[in-house]
Amino acid sequence: MTTVSRIAPEVEWARRLLAGDESAFTPFVESFQHRIFQYTWLMCGQREDAEEVAQDTLLKIFESFDQLEDPERVKAWVFRIAKNYCLMKRRKSVFAPDRELSLDELLPGQEGDRPIQVADTSELPEGRVLRQELSEELERAMRALPDTYRSVVLLRDVEDLSTADTAEVLDLTEDTVKQRLHRGRLALRKSLAAYVEKAQ
Amino acid sequence: MTTHQHDKRDPACLEVFAKLSEYVDGELDAVECQEVEAHIADCPPCVEFLQSLKRCVAAERQFQGREECGPVPPELEQRLKSAWQAALARRHHA
Repeated sequence: MTTVSRIAPEVEWARRLLAGDESAFTPFVESFQHRIFQYTWLMCGQREDAEEVAQDTLLKIFESFDQLEDPERVKAWVFRIAKNYCLMKRRKSVFAPDRELSLDELLPGQEGDRPIQVADTSELPEGRVLRQELSEELERAMRALPDTYRSVVLLRDVEDLSTADTAEVLDLTEDTVKQRLHRGRLALRKSLAAYVEKAQ
Repeated sequence: MTTHQHDKRDPACLEVFAKLSEYVDGELDAVECQEVEAHIADCPPCVEFLQSLKRCVAAERQFQGREECGPVPPELEQRLKSAWQAALARRHHA
């Protein structure tokens, strides 16, 4: 039996761009433009800043395309550039100041705790609307996360980067990525559960 | 039957809670995985907590922000193409 390995489209486009194939230019730009914007929008907080940073990131990507050594890791390479531009542009005052999320405050077991649920909307007929509402609440909850946790959650869960790639993009150890991801997820879970409880 | 009190003050629970994301991501080794499963097997609140964490992660993975960026302006597209071609030329001459 032949094993067919699935190559991510962006990896294929990056390879073709490195080989000078212009037909890969538009799909590559279209694929990354929205993802970079979503990342910069959630990291920068201001639409104008996010657009500017996304455009600067795109330009930097193509200016330094000759430095892309491993097309397999093009996504990590792209988000490393995006992260650096965000750091230059970031207006910290927009967000809650960086702080440690304590595992203690995110776990159940306190007196008076009630079980909290995050709704599973996938099977419901009205699931689309609920998913949209949940997505909006998720966006609010992500914005409320301290930067250090939000950047990890965005790369690991939203962009589906590996732990190793996320660590490389953010200049962190893999253990730190895992710890921040876990605490970020627990904080989001708590926010979403509170939203669901309020909506019921 | 629940044989332990699900409580964050319980060191055993705390240890499991700290590993749940790695468990969800399949990043634990076989021994740690078995430890987590053994711990949550007899604890419905732990299972409920794990389920809600999984749903939260699933929601994150499907997340699409409300804000859309506009199309790349033609002049920027031209700059991107020129930058790419210049980068390729450098690569070929290196």
